[in-house]
Amino acid sequence: MSEPPSAIGAPGLPARGGAEVLPPPPPARGLTRARVTGIVLLGVWALVGIGTVLFLLASWNVELFTRYAPRYLSGLLVTVELVAISVLAGAVLSVPIALGRRSKSRIIGVLAYTYVYFFRGTPLLAQTFLVYYGLGSLRPELESVGLWWFFREAWYCAIFTFSLNTAAYQAEILRGAIESVGRGQWEAASALGLSRLQTVYKIIIPQAALVALRPYGNEIILMIKGSAIVAIITVYDLMGETRRAYSRTFDFQTYIWAALIYLGIVEMLRMTIDRIERRLTRHLRR
Amino acid sequence: MRITRHIALGLSAAALALTIGGATAQEKLRIGTEGAYPPFNNLTASGELEGFDIDIARALCEEMGAECEFVTQDWDGIIPALQAGKFDAIIASMSITPERDEQVDFTKPYYTNSLVFVAPKEAEFDPSNVEGKAVGVQSGTIAAEFVEENYPNAELRAYPSQIEAWADLSNGRVEAVLADFGVQYEWVNSEDGSCCEFKGETVSSDDVIGIAVREGETELVERFNAAIDAIRKNGTYAEINEKYFPFDIYGE
Amino acid sequence: MDYTALLSFGPEGWGDDIASGVAVTVSLALATLPLGLALGFVVALGKRSAEPTLRLSANIFTTIFRGLPELLTLFLVYYGAQIAIQQVVKAAGGETYIEINAFAAGMVALGAVFSAYASEVFAAAFNAIPHGQYEGAHALGLSRRRTMRLVILPQLIRIALPGLSNLWLILLKETALVSIIGLSDILRQTGIASRTTGEAFLFYGTACLLYLVLALISSVALSAVERRVSASGAAR
Repeated sequence: MSEPPSAIGAPGLPARGGAEVLPPPPPARGLTRARVTGIVLLGVWALVGIGTVLFLLASWNVELFTRYAPRYLSGLLVTVELVAISVLAGAVLSVPIALGRRSKSRIIGVLAYTYVYFFRGTPLLAQTFLVYYGLGSLRPELESVGLWWFFREAWYCAIFTFSLNTAAYQAEILRGAIESVGRGQWEAASALGLSRLQTVYKIIIPQAALVALRPYGNEIILMIKGSAIVAIITVYDLMGETRRAYSRTFDFQTYIWAALIYLGIVEMLRMTIDRIERRLTRHLRR
Repeated sequence: MRITRHIALGLSAAALALTIGGATAQEKLRIGTEGAYPPFNNLTASGELEGFDIDIARALCEEMGAECEFVTQDWDGIIPALQAGKFDAIIASMSITPERDEQVDFTKPYYTNSLVFVAPKEAEFDPSNVEGKAVGVQSGTIAAEFVEENYPNAELRAYPSQIEAWADLSNGRVEAVLADFGVQYEWVNSEDGSCCEFKGETVSSDDVIGIAVREGETELVERFNAAIDAIRKNGTYAEINEKYFPFDIYGE
Repeated sequence: MDYTALLSFGPEGWGDDIASGVAVTVSLALATLPLGLALGFVVALGKRSAEPTLRLSANIFTTIFRGLPELLTLFLVYYGAQIAIQQVVKAAGGETYIEINAFAAGMVALGAVFSAYASEVFAAAFNAIPHGQYEGAHALGLSRRRTMRLVILPQLIRIALPGLSNLWLILLKETALVSIIGLSDILRQTGIASRTTGEAFLFYGTACLLYLVLALISSVALSAVERRVSASGAAR
């Protein structure tokens, strides 16, 4: 955690609004208060970084590494698989929900809204418990409708919950993106004699995709981070393997490694999204 | 090595501006326990702690003339919480293992334990052949360790608490549960556990249970050891043993 | 099973335990909010600073706390910081044990995550304020501090409010994670109840409903605030 800078107002403002009106004052040279604060803060981060590296070096243990590195890798694969399947399933599910949200029928609209509200209004952890342990206590009922084979497996329960959860978020992203494309676009397309399908593919989706790209990327990142809780329902994802390693070794470096891996994948994903966005919006750049 | 580690930790810590609670005085003993491990330590419907560990802890505290206060803590975090000073001793049916011994100091054993499999009565579960079978355990216990070491082909399912492992045994998500003899005994004789029975002989019978305190607190270990001897002698231990189990749990 | 008895407030029912869980959840979220807002604002200022070292520090902060799973952040703060502080105390020859309780750890961890996201909201809101506002304030002879307080902040709050409302709803849900480090919030209390009684669906369902109710109350309150703030803006 960083120390907050000592003064709130002063260091933050851009270097405009100085004493003279024009031209803006040149960037301050030498040690301004902002620079001192910045250097101190960077020093703090450097200490955290060096401390972490030293800690990892000091607790380096070949035996531990050869034993747990493959497990971390398999945990990471489980995490990736879980997130990939859930996000894709959620994407499919989100289409009817988003359409439902835009439906003219009041009943469908309310149903879709309730769905979205429920999954966005309750913690993923509580949803996961509800599905796994809650449905686990309803085995006879589930057996009588022939669904128990599915909810019997923790892995399916996790995918089920995560898909339903991300579907609610993705539906809202989709709806927002579609609504961001103005009515005029539809009208212009129809004036040009494009069919509805053509309009959707050629006019609406390319524009909506630009708007939706970043939120979709963020949703994937949120799912990667959120998936860490499946460890609690016996799925050995990256977090699960971490907890297992820690409960065996009581060595805190197990958590540090997990933190580095999570940071790494999230950061990689973020950079990829930035790159795609820059590519897609190159026609908008002046 | 150790020194570098201290410095490294120190650097990270110095960089962390954190809310720090008050320091704790030593005259009051805080006992950490899990509260989800019947009949050793569990919560009643009214939220009271009860069980063998709890009664033993109370007896020991009385013997030591200390005022004891119980703190419940999930099993996964119970050793870090002890090290962090959230309580002064763990009395929670903790097996003495070499890995744990590196982190904490243990008193002499206050009971002996062995592991046993439990599975549905009608199931043909053979402890010598668990390949591909889903075995439920509580995570971070010696049962989890035992399955990992001895049955690498079993499908290990680790639960945050013992109760969840049993719940999934009775609804068929796992085929067997491996756990301490004492808890399994209580469970198969309870209404919830009426589905199931012991399968095969006990395994890993050289397991002993002790009280964990922070490393280097030898004085506290000595006081606990003396108190354990005292309640063994004055009959309090036998009384508590009888209250929960029809067999001798201490084991000489 | 008599469900009403299980949820009643008597000694055999779990109603009182769950109610205390609601109190913990709400107070944790309320305690985290000011911390997260203040820190988020400061980080946003850092991000907009002309000073590159400040920008870098602020960006490192958000990268870390937006990149780590919240659960992991919580563990790092709760166990890691504690072990680290303990080592420092020991290295300094001290004997006292310093305790970070689960509530404080939750506050710090969730506050850090909240502020990382809030800083983005604030930074975007800063960008939405035209330069002319600063220039106008300067032309009126306002000092930097007064420009901030009288001209920029009122607009900033209005622009940032929807984003911050959203973060509040997320915070409310994320408090559920503290149940894993043993704080007796809604989810932990209902979890204990479901373990003890075996009625997992009833109690976890109750937990979900309680979170929904909290979200509903928040939405109503927040949209009232938003209406007020935007009304005051329009009348300008």
